[in-house]
Amino acid sequence: MKSLAELEAIRNKTINAMNIRKDGENGIRIVVGMATCGIAAGARDTLNAISEELAKRNVSHATVSQTGCIGMCRLEPIGEVLEPGKEKVTYVKVDREKAVRIVNEHIINNKPVVEYTIGAVEK
Amino acid sequence: MKELSLHVLDIAQNSITADATLVEIEIVEDTKKDILTITVKDNGKGMSEDFLKKVRDPFTTTRTTRPVGMGISLFESAAKSTGGQLLISSALGVGTTVTAEFVHSHIDRQPIGNMADTFLTIINTKPEIDYVYTHKFNGAEFTVDTREIKNVLMEVDITTPDVLVWLKENIEQSLNDIMGGKQ
Repeated sequence: MKSLAELEAIRNKTINAMNIRKDGENGIRIVVGMATCGIAAGARDTLNAISEELAKRNVSHATVSQTGCIGMCRLEPIGEVLEPGKEKVTYVKVDREKAVRIVNEHIINNKPVVEYTIGAVEK
Repeated sequence: MKELSLHVLDIAQNSITADATLVEIEIVEDTKKDILTITVKDNGKGMSEDFLKKVRDPFTTTRTTRPVGMGISLFESAAKSTGGQLLISSALGVGTTVTAEFVHSHIDRQPIGNMADTFLTIINTKPEIDYVYTHKFNGAEFTVDTREIKNVLMEVDITTPDVLVWLKENIEQSLNDIMGGKQ
């Protein structure tokens, strides 16, 4: 077990940075399907890859959360990007690599990765 | 499901859906007795006797979108394929305990997999409730309890990236310690 003193140091460091992250509420929401179908298809890795990439790139205008079964189990892991005032973008069969690209191109550079969207895959 | 930790994630999500405020996960490995047990215990709303009788059936579910629910049946088949079994006890208003027993050395026993990722993922599912993860390996054990962590963090959110990284390293290192580097 690592020491709780270390955790306390993290707490103190975080408190100073806390106010900066508050603007996440009106930002982009990324939602990953985490029902049995999603989990079996690898959604845990997808979700973790997205969180890690958001943290690594210091993205404060997007948050990632989980939902249940989106209804297209054969296309899991599915990730939806919801941005206020824009149409929802649904990405399918999102593995770790695709997740990283989606964060960088869509969330950071505002250019959806068209080839990973449900429209492109389900043609 | 490729690893047991994914079943744990799936079953723990059931606990969260059942409005639990405390979810306790315990994994016990005893290589001398050749047993592996995984228990997910919650204090959620529990199941009625009628529902409990049919809960192993994949065509039983509480979801409203479609009449199929595979979680429990997949976990049961993973246990049974090693010569083990799945036990479920539940009472309305008290909670549910799901225990899967495996033959540790059986060729068809799935690897435990990444429990650190599973634990982090369930914390992220609903950070406001509490989780305990205990892992025992031939008498050595470690426990991580989000109530203790939150006591230290106070107003800082447990889902803060730096906290999650600390937690992940903590779990990985502790697992390695109790297994004497045999993980």
